[in-house]
Amino acid sequence: MQVTRRQFCKICAAGLGGSSLGVMGYSPDEVLAQAHAFKLSRATETRSNCPYCSVSCGVLIYSLGDNAKNAKSEIIHLEGDPDNPVNRGTLCPKGAGLLDMIQSPNRLNYPEVREPGSNEWKRISWDQAFTRIAAHMKADRDTNFVTENSTGLKVNRWPTVGFLASSSAFNEVGYISHKILRGLGVVTIDTQARI
Amino acid sequence: MKEQSLNIERRSATTTPSPGVRHTVEVAKLIDISKCIGCKACQAACMEWNDIRDKIGTCEGTYANPADLSAGSWTVMRYAEVETKDGRLEWLMRKDGCMHCADPGCLKSCPAPGAIVQHSNGIVNFQQENCTGCGYCITGCPFNIPRLSPDDHKAYKCTLCSDRIATGMEPACAKACPTGAIMFGSKKAMLHHAEGRITDLKERGYRQAGLYNPAGVGGTHVMYVLPHADTPELYSGLAKDPQLSTLVLFWKGIAKPLMGYSLGLAVLTGIFHYVTVGPNEADEDETEE
Repeated sequence: MQVTRRQFCKICAAGLGGSSLGVMGYSPDEVLAQAHAFKLSRATETRSNCPYCSVSCGVLIYSLGDNAKNAKSEIIHLEGDPDNPVNRGTLCPKGAGLLDMIQSPNRLNYPEVREPGSNEWKRISWDQAFTRIAAHMKADRDTNFVTENSTGLKVNRWPTVGFLASSSAFNEVGYISHKILRGLGVVTIDTQARI
Repeated sequence: MKEQSLNIERRSATTTPSPGVRHTVEVAKLIDISKCIGCKACQAACMEWNDIRDKIGTCEGTYANPADLSAGSWTVMRYAEVETKDGRLEWLMRKDGCMHCADPGCLKSCPAPGAIVQHSNGIVNFQQENCTGCGYCITGCPFNIPRLSPDDHKAYKCTLCSDRIATGMEPACAKACPTGAIMFGSKKAMLHHAEGRITDLKERGYRQAGLYNPAGVGGTHVMYVLPHADTPELYSGLAKDPQLSTLVLFWKGIAKPLMGYSLGLAVLTGIFHYVTVGPNEADEDETEE
């Protein structure tokens, strides 16, 4: 197509005029805009407790997927549990930022042991961990268990071991912890909830 | 049609009217400064919900962290140590962030169609996909809130958790607040709640206690209960009487429609001239060049 200089100028002017009209707001645009899609619509909601301090606020944990066999879950959001009487939906700054703790690369995900004399942490299985703890407990209890006090009265005391119970434990868990520990003869029992 | 979860009341740089038949409840957030302990749970909850993580900054001499709002921090706690008129030293904290004005300066100054919208429930929202990154919203904002992202050159600010409110939930900051300093509800309910708080504060000796809901921007959908409402500047420079910039009002209020009309007039004159006088004939020798 042959375009003279004059015609070229005309085309440019028409184009500029047309686009200016659009810019000035003469183009009928759709008057629509959408708030961002709600990210939790079909996420799985799980009730849990904040692990940070002894207040033990209730939290709702939201994870990807609906627990279907082929869906690998991942925690995507976390907020206060409005039905928990402790915090009624509120959280402190640490609790509100729990997601980053859950996803932290520094988080401990499995049992580790540092043997006496060693300066290295070694990964062990849960079975090994429980066996090791039980063996240590038994050895200590066999050595230090007290059956009689100074007046000759029969007692059931294991004075060399103390126990710090979780503050997130509810009444039933507290009852069971107490039964087991007193049964073993543990005298010093405390809970983080008291701190 | 695109999915629409909140009704649009106003849209930046758009002359076609928005659908305005449905009337939804006007919502508001009430920040009671006297109850705030400055814990920043609101900041953490905001980052978490909106999937934003700001870069680690440096200390600027106060507890504020980060030191200022940014595209990655839509709300920031500000701390000020001030001497009040009666000679007492007070540590005043304020949760800074978008006020969601009824007459938003950002929306008025925005030249990109649909980059800023006002929902019928009062939320002023940025639509980043329409944002051109010109930064006029920052100039137009009487509270200095929007921030351009250095990564994608688009403006960001608090959305009042429009995605949560659209589903009937409260904003993330208001939900997290452990002292109940941030309350959320209908604007009517929040005004009522504020009245009670102000009466209480006055009884406790804060005679100047009052509500911050400035008329210069048509009222806001984020309001403060201030123990020193007569001097809001004490709270890290909260504007005493925020107004829309006269330049914005002139360019976007008067100059812009005038320009539109003159443009249309110029086109009409051109057509009229063409019809009556006819085209300007080119010289033969000029065409041959």
